[in-house]
Amino acid sequence: MSAPARIAAKRRRVLFEHLEAYAFVAPALILIGLFHILPGIAAFVMSLTRWGVIYERWAWFENYATILDPSGSRFGDFINSLGVTVWYVLLTVPIEMAIALVVAYVLYQGTAGRAAYRVVYFMPYITSVVAAATIFEWIFDANFGFLNYLLGLVGIGSQAWLREPRGVFQMVGSALGASVPDGLAGPSLSLVAVSIFTIWHFIGFQTVIFLAGLTGISRELYEAARIDGADDRQIFARITLPLLSPTIFFVAIIATVGAMRSFTQIYVLTNGGPLDTTRTVPLLIFRTFFERTSVNGIGLGAAMSFIFVLIIIGITLVQFRVLGRRVFYG
Amino acid sequence: MSASLAKHGLLIFGGAVAAFPFYWMFTTSFKEFSEAAKSPPALWPTSWHPENWVDAWQYPHTLWGNAFANTIFIATATTIGVLATSVLAGYAFARMRFRGRDALFAILLVTIFIPGEATLIPQFVLMSRRYLGWYDTYTAQIVPFLSTIFSIFLMRQFFRSVPQELQDAARIDGAGHLRFLWHVALPLVRPALITITLLEFLAAWNAFLWPLIITSRPEIRPIQVQLMQFTAEGGSRYDLLMAGAAFVILPTLVVYLIAQRYFIEGVARTGIRG
Repeated sequence: MSAPARIAAKRRRVLFEHLEAYAFVAPALILIGLFHILPGIAAFVMSLTRWGVIYERWAWFENYATILDPSGSRFGDFINSLGVTVWYVLLTVPIEMAIALVVAYVLYQGTAGRAAYRVVYFMPYITSVVAAATIFEWIFDANFGFLNYLLGLVGIGSQAWLREPRGVFQMVGSALGASVPDGLAGPSLSLVAVSIFTIWHFIGFQTVIFLAGLTGISRELYEAARIDGADDRQIFARITLPLLSPTIFFVAIIATVGAMRSFTQIYVLTNGGPLDTTRTVPLLIFRTFFERTSVNGIGLGAAMSFIFVLIIIGITLVQFRVLGRRVFYG
Repeated sequence: MSASLAKHGLLIFGGAVAAFPFYWMFTTSFKEFSEAAKSPPALWPTSWHPENWVDAWQYPHTLWGNAFANTIFIATATTIGVLATSVLAGYAFARMRFRGRDALFAILLVTIFIPGEATLIPQFVLMSRRYLGWYDTYTAQIVPFLSTIFSIFLMRQFFRSVPQELQDAARIDGAGHLRFLWHVALPLVRPALITITLLEFLAAWNAFLWPLIITSRPEIRPIQVQLMQFTAEGGSRYDLLMAGAAFVILPTLVVYLIAQRYFIEGVARTGIRG
């Protein structure tokens, strides 16, 4: 075969290999591009328009100005929802992580029936949120709910749970005979109820991630520490925690972002009520969006979701700065 | 000894809290209505009423049969689609050489961070008559989910662990990529295929928000939307509502208990939080 013919044959082969590879990745990339990346870009463009039932006109940053104008009602709604969202994160993430860490550590140390425990703890996580929320509505029921029955056993009166808009600090205060000002009323009992559901649903996820992190720590380190005479507490504080810190950091970020973005459980359990005390930002966005039949729901909703995304990114960056510094990467 | 007892006490208590709602759902679903709404509650049904399940299934304005058929159809279609697209793309990113490979993969990495709350509204608009015209169809419930970034990553990760010597041997024997993929590589990555199948099917089974906003005809809506409507209509008939919840939960629970290792390890490996 002559040299030019060889080169031509090689070119054909390279071309064929390339076409084959592009054909392999094309279906996935086209689908993700069309239904994920394009909408991501479109979200920003739409936030710059007035768009209700139909597209009305280009509006530059009008929607952002409307939402961020401190004298407007949109601003009040947004700040209120942001406050609810922050409470929701504070009520769920630290408790989830603490419980999951303890459970994972106990399981890791090797107990009889470890696999069975893992299966049970993970069960809520694979359950549909809608169906599980239906069960919890029943457990939280004000008249015949199981939770009120339990409270009754320890001498506490029935609560309205998901229908209770009063702040928990205020409720505890009035039960103890102290008056708590409205400003310090705290999250509503209904938000606490939603948080209880959330903790139940996600514990298994975090336990499994922690367990995976713990399994990654070398057994030799533990043995060496024991030979040097370290006790359980020292081993946990000096070996387990530092070596697990990347996992803890990862879970903290994932759980915070996940809690901020939660939608379905709140939508099904309370739909943002009572008196908007469980209306987190995703629910506010959803509601704004479905106002599109009135005025500019799509434009305002898109702008709101963009502001919210920036806030989430900001919080994540703060976590990276504050927590990331304490992470020990071996 | 006492430490181990405390340990087990703690674990059993936690397990009981995790499992109680399931127990409560099943027992309530078999109770007589008057017993379900009784104070103090009965921990065990005094008489069993399996007809509750029939009543819930035939409750006015529900279309459970349709809903189940829809969900099974949608979940099967999306799972097959995800398997096909992610096997091909994952294989290409792991084992083929082509221009722009790393750049394309980097783009995929970055797009994980495009959040769902920002894309929901444009996705909805994209389905409208003005653009794709898929509003209120099966297509809208299937096609957007035929590829997921997570499954491409998982497949790539697994295909990378297939020994290069096998690929070289196949090439010497004259096998192209497709044949090597089908006969050699795929059987080696079976755990990944099982994990994707289970997690994608579960995701489709539990899909709620998107079908809620993108459909309006009851005949084409999936089970989760059906269950929510049922809860709205059933009011305080908790005996029936718990039967409805059991319809939706039971199939996933059974599959989970059989294949729990793949569920748990799939989540542990990828860190996906729903």
